[in-house]
Amino acid sequence: MKEINYQRLKPKLALFWAAALLITLSSVTTSHSREQELMPLNGSISRTETVKDSLDTKTGLVLAPGFAIISTTCVRCHSPKLITEKRATREGWLATIRWMQQTQGLWDLGKDEPVILDYLAKNYAPKNEGRRPLLKTPEWYKLNN
Amino acid sequence: MNTEENNQSQIEQLKLSQSLNRRKFIFKSAQVAALSLGWGMLGKQKALATERKVSPEFLPDKSPLPAGKHPDLILLSDKPLNAETPPHLLDDAITPADKLFIRNNGLEPTNIDVKSWTLTIDGESVKKKTVFTLEDLKKKFKHYTYQLVHECAGNGRSEFSPAGRGNQWTTGGVGCCEWTGVRLRDVLEAAGIKDDAVYIGYYGKDTHLSGKPGEVPISRGVPMRKALEDEALIAWAMNGKDIPVVHGYPLRVLFGGWPASTSGKWLTRISIRNKVHDGAKMNGHDYRLPIHPIAPGAKIPEDNEHFRIIEAMPVKSLITYPKTGAQVIAGKPLEVRGHAWVGDLQVKEMHVSIDFGATWQKCSLKEPRNRNCWQHWTAQIDFPDKGYYEVWARATDSKDKMQPMLVPAWNPGGYLNNACHRIAVQII
Repeated sequence: MKEINYQRLKPKLALFWAAALLITLSSVTTSHSREQELMPLNGSISRTETVKDSLDTKTGLVLAPGFAIISTTCVRCHSPKLITEKRATREGWLATIRWMQQTQGLWDLGKDEPVILDYLAKNYAPKNEGRRPLLKTPEWYKLNN
Repeated sequence: MNTEENNQSQIEQLKLSQSLNRRKFIFKSAQVAALSLGWGMLGKQKALATERKVSPEFLPDKSPLPAGKHPDLILLSDKPLNAETPPHLLDDAITPADKLFIRNNGLEPTNIDVKSWTLTIDGESVKKKTVFTLEDLKKKFKHYTYQLVHECAGNGRSEFSPAGRGNQWTTGGVGCCEWTGVRLRDVLEAAGIKDDAVYIGYYGKDTHLSGKPGEVPISRGVPMRKALEDEALIAWAMNGKDIPVVHGYPLRVLFGGWPASTSGKWLTRISIRNKVHDGAKMNGHDYRLPIHPIAPGAKIPEDNEHFRIIEAMPVKSLITYPKTGAQVIAGKPLEVRGHAWVGDLQVKEMHVSIDFGATWQKCSLKEPRNRNCWQHWTAQIDFPDKGYYEVWARATDSKDKMQPMLVPAWNPGGYLNNACHRIAVQII
């Protein structure tokens, strides 16, 4: 893999991000949902495509604030699918972290913990599906009976 | 863990987090930019971020299903490896090796040396700690072959709401292979069982996800009454061949009809305990149910007063033919078939419904080949009209318990969902 010289790039990148941050602050409010935040400003892409494209290709995790910490902390020990397949409230995710700390050797997450919890609670919140969800629409095929 | 190891691991932790923090800063900033600058920019930033994001060792393997596995198995987790089988792939009477689900708790052992492989019988309640080689087991004891159903206690977890912790299994955490080996009872008796024995606990050679030596990913067991049953096996062969590595080569223990977590893989040791086994995943609410029913999402203390260990699995069935989504010609009957099973009892009756349980049609049901084996059922269904139907299947056990049509009582682990299986069918 090509090594990037971060030191040389730093001043240019810092300027670029400062500009980006200004635009972000003026265009995104905290009350927006994830889909809205990730909606491109030109508005030409549909909602489904936006959500699909906002997933990290390697881990399948939602690319949203907190992703970088999640992708290094959690995926270090277990599959990202254990995150993407599950849903829980902030309390539920906290309980999972405590369980991993008590039984699975997870370290104290310190300042990262609230960032991780915010990310999980927002992007992997519970879906209330009742006592029996509908069958998924299958791929129909002809059967000779 | 001793202090020195602890310090070492903290230092490593610190080094890692420092190096990651630098990357995090770069990546976070890249994300902010991406969120604000529109789509084309996001693509570029993503490419940049992916390049810098994390070292490859943090990412899952590219092809996690082991060689020899059916490509249509559904991967639930690549670390630890967990994969389930779509119901239509479970149509065989005896589950073939390529179609058996995979449930690992840790990482598979590497460099397995069969020649030096041993099984130790120890524990507070063993009369004499005894070590057997594989050859000893094969030569000293009578061989038995049984077809045993084993099902992950969390099979069906994905339907619980709120979601239980762990892999979100749908219907395919179950299989029924033919196992050959020696009776656990014969081996335990050869070492000698003291009168105060209450439980056995197994140990395998898999390693903990954290990579910490000495940490056991899973070590469960069963009460003596189950351990001493005829069908409790220490097996070296599956479907007449060596057990595949992913399923426990060269040796595993099997308790048909009980949570598959009791059937330990890569078996190296069995302890005869004078108390309920206290190995990894025997405590808290792992493989346990609330003693008294609780509301969905309710929290209760994780102790013996509130939780009981899951023993025999409840009655359940699968429709293995046809695959969901069949479009069939009107006016002709449709053959449906599958398997039904229940922990330590027998399945007495099997029914199907095409009107969401308003009426039920009795199926033809075979006797099990041996105790703890699943039973095959078939039915011919006539559909009254064209259109969309669901076929629902419901088994009844020998004590008249039926599968519920709704998801059963909620529990924190999301265990024992034995709700009726259903498929979609279109009559055209």
